[in-house]
Amino acid sequence: MNAGFMAQGLATMAFLLVAGMTLLGALIAVAARNIFHNVLGLALSLIGVAGIFIYLNSPFVALMEILIYVGAICIAICFAIMLSQPLYLKGPPRSILKSLGALLGAGSVLGFLLLLTKKTRWIPAAERSQDWSITIIGHYLLTNYALIFEVISLLLLVAMLGAIVTAREGRGSS
Amino acid sequence: MLMFNQLETYLYLALVLFAIGLYGVLSRRNLIAVLISVELMLNAASINFMAFNRFLAPHPAVGQVITLFIMAVAAAEAAIALSIIMAVYRKLKSINAEQATELRG
Repeated sequence: MNAGFMAQGLATMAFLLVAGMTLLGALIAVAARNIFHNVLGLALSLIGVAGIFIYLNSPFVALMEILIYVGAICIAICFAIMLSQPLYLKGPPRSILKSLGALLGAGSVLGFLLLLTKKTRWIPAAERSQDWSITIIGHYLLTNYALIFEVISLLLLVAMLGAIVTAREGRGSS
Repeated sequence: MLMFNQLETYLYLALVLFAIGLYGVLSRRNLIAVLISVELMLNAASINFMAFNRFLAPHPAVGQVITLFIMAVAAAEAAIALSIIMAVYRKLKSINAEQATELRG
């Protein structure tokens, strides 16, 4: 058997695995009753998205995805779950009507975007640079996007302060 | 043509992910579950940016930079949302979106 053909088959299989992981995780994250299973599904889905980023030639962003989303956001959500409603308390039952309405809304958006994607002809830029190194990202962050970079760091600072102020109520001084 | 070398594959994948997230936002009542669904939708947007970056964009760093910005904003949003959820739970002893109706006239 041709070695190149086999490598392509393997790569396709791995891609299908990663894409399936993303969608399965998303379904668990949305459909499971237990809120803790939701977070685990989200983590699975995010790891799948990181794999997709690797297929899109950007291992750096994939690493950041795992670091920030799986490592930070999922853990923060776990803390919030443990600090709020106890898991043994059953929530109110789901109403069929609401799920049906949500399905209808999401389905119509899906259909619209599907049509849009099918009808559009995507034209690549005439001249495409082939430089995929991380150095270029650093250059962009410190030249063209320096202002956005600074604004985002300010946003993170403000968000951190806001989170502390919002959540600290009932800790003595107030 | 290989499947993972086509722009459309990624667009459809992101589309389905976005629709799943939107369904979650509309149907769930638990505030934390809504936050999880919003994260899914943000990730669908990131996949789109990265796909366009890989197949169409003139310079391959721009999409990656924007995806990094999306991640930073998502982190800030998650921190704020979780602290608000904690405050709501302390006040109302519930994180159900339908019971947080204090502002209703």
